[in-house]
Amino acid sequence: MPGGFRIIAFIASPVFERSWGRQFSIPEADALSEFAVEMRDVSKVFGDVVAVDHVSISIRQKEFFALLGPSGCGKTTSLRMIAGFERPTSGEIYIDGRAMGGTPPFQRNVNTVFQSYALFPHMTVEQNVGFGLEMKGVSKSEIVRRVGEALELVRLPQLAKRYPRQMSGGQQQRVALARALVNRPKVLLLDEPLGALDAKLRKEMQIELKTLQREVGITFIFVTHDQEEALTMSDRIAVFSKGKVLQIGTPLEIYERPTTRFVADFIGETNFLEGKVKEVDGEFARVLVNGDRIFVGRAMEGVRPGGDATISVRPEKVQLIEQPDGSPNCYEVQVHSIAYVGSDTRVLVLLGSNRLGVWEQNTVSTLDPNYFFKPGEKAWLTFRPENALVLAQ
Amino acid sequence: MIQTFRERRSLRIAGLMSPGAFWLVAFFLIPLLIMAVISFMSRDQFGFPAPPFTLQNYWDIVKDIRLNPSVSLEGGLTVRLFDGLYLELFWRSIWLALISTIITLLIAFPVALFMSRLSRRYRNLALFLVMIPFWTNFLVRTYALQFMLRGNGPINTLLRALGLEPLDLLFTPTAVMIGLVYGNLPFMILPLYTSLEKFDWTMIEAANDLGANTLRAFQRVMLPLISPGLLAGSILTFVPAIGSYITVELMGGGRTNMIGYAIAQQFSASVNWPFGSAMSLLMMIIVTIAAVLYFRSGRGEQRAVL
Repeated sequence: MPGGFRIIAFIASPVFERSWGRQFSIPEADALSEFAVEMRDVSKVFGDVVAVDHVSISIRQKEFFALLGPSGCGKTTSLRMIAGFERPTSGEIYIDGRAMGGTPPFQRNVNTVFQSYALFPHMTVEQNVGFGLEMKGVSKSEIVRRVGEALELVRLPQLAKRYPRQMSGGQQQRVALARALVNRPKVLLLDEPLGALDAKLRKEMQIELKTLQREVGITFIFVTHDQEEALTMSDRIAVFSKGKVLQIGTPLEIYERPTTRFVADFIGETNFLEGKVKEVDGEFARVLVNGDRIFVGRAMEGVRPGGDATISVRPEKVQLIEQPDGSPNCYEVQVHSIAYVGSDTRVLVLLGSNRLGVWEQNTVSTLDPNYFFKPGEKAWLTFRPENALVLAQ
Repeated sequence: MIQTFRERRSLRIAGLMSPGAFWLVAFFLIPLLIMAVISFMSRDQFGFPAPPFTLQNYWDIVKDIRLNPSVSLEGGLTVRLFDGLYLELFWRSIWLALISTIITLLIAFPVALFMSRLSRRYRNLALFLVMIPFWTNFLVRTYALQFMLRGNGPINTLLRALGLEPLDLLFTPTAVMIGLVYGNLPFMILPLYTSLEKFDWTMIEAANDLGANTLRAFQRVMLPLISPGLLAGSILTFVPAIGSYITVELMGGGRTNMIGYAIAQQFSASVNWPFGSAMSLLMMIIVTIAAVLYFRSGRGEQRAVL
């Protein structure tokens, strides 16, 4: 950390006694580049496996950025290249505007929270958290002070003298966070940090991590395979598949405007209807499905008349009605099965050979079983063209 | 109810332990006590233990301790009674054993590291290769080693073929050192390998990530975490080295003396059982103290690892 920071922290500390954000944040003057991390056309090849395939991502300062994808999609390898554990086969990684080249991990201003936490088992919590500062040659008294601060930040000051194996998974996770944050890195890298926690704790930690990130004002890059986690926490998401980045966008963009079938399928639930594009009319495209039904949806990039296309429509955006109302995308279907899940009722309907999911929100409190559709009943399905996407194949 | 269960349990444990306990008492503790008793006895005209009881044997070892730093490691030291060179003998034994332990460690570490990084299949093969020497009698292997180092043995033949001066290796301290390192290598490799195999390499990445370069990551993270293997290997190498007899006899040709060899001489050539017993007991005490100090030095880290 440059000396300037300490002076700012010193001035700020009496004023913002317990405001961690102030004490931990990186001063504006320190930011050289608009982007905290940039991957420019980065590839990584292991033997004959292309783990990361020409990936370009620009992560803004103080952004909570998720690398999302199924296992083996290249997201962890990307993170490891940013950390410096792997060197790109081609392309370049910039941290704060500086090309990293072969800079070893111990000379990069980033810190990692490992999936397994990787706490040093032979050191106490205190020693673990202080390790980074000790390596940087920070004075003993300064280490004690900052370790205390960091442990308070993750709400574990009482466990300073414990060894990692004497703590629960959730506590170890917090220690791993404190150990990384205490160094006030430019970027914090998190490799599936919540993967080993049980569902309830994971939900808690999601909120806590997000709050923490806002407080400390550090760029977080977060690897996860859990789409809900990515949607909940991130400012922006990069969706990976087979080493490539398919889409980068805000959770809203990724969910509402997926540009590929993979992204539409991987994020949330959706229905697909395959067919041929009949015509493209401005924003909308008409698609012939099964040779006899025309569906209208929002035309996404690359949709051309005569080409193959997939309509993607989310189950919560589809309605079932008893009578046709003359709207587009309205066709008769047969109810196959229904599942009442409390907040909504999930109906599976058959439209020719297609199965579609329809989620109806239970906005009425009723005990009347006749309120719901029953298996075997006829119904009419409808959805608004602007709520469906036509994806080119 | 619980009480009887506990009693029965402890009875069962006692039952399970009794063969081992019997073995230790009969073949270790009692002989040790006999040796201790003998060390306080005089010798008869044939050199065997006889009354009266005396402290003379210990006094003989201690009395000539001089604070004379002009100790030479050269010149084969043969055992002459009452010569006052026992301190040097002890010291030289500890020193040689220590050096041999360090050399063994330096050779064993890369081997164990390499083995631990192999795939499972090759790892087992490597383990098998390390253990192969145990299938041949140690004495035979030492003779083979003697043959290797001989004036017209393979090493010198090779040197001559390369146009180099042949080396006078056999019956030198170097030969003893080679013998000790060779003999103890598997005992260092195996415990080291066990520790390294369990070692989580993410720890090194974590240390690097926190600003530690390779050397500091090794010092602060790897070394403490593999210290159980390091300690076990060092003890298993140091203790046999200090008491070694066959190696000193065959590789040193009696010209490089070590305490184990000197003691053996007391029971054979010199026939002075009480004096030999006193030397044995004294050496045991020294080695035990050294081992305890050594273990203590790494105890804090050890406790966290185990």
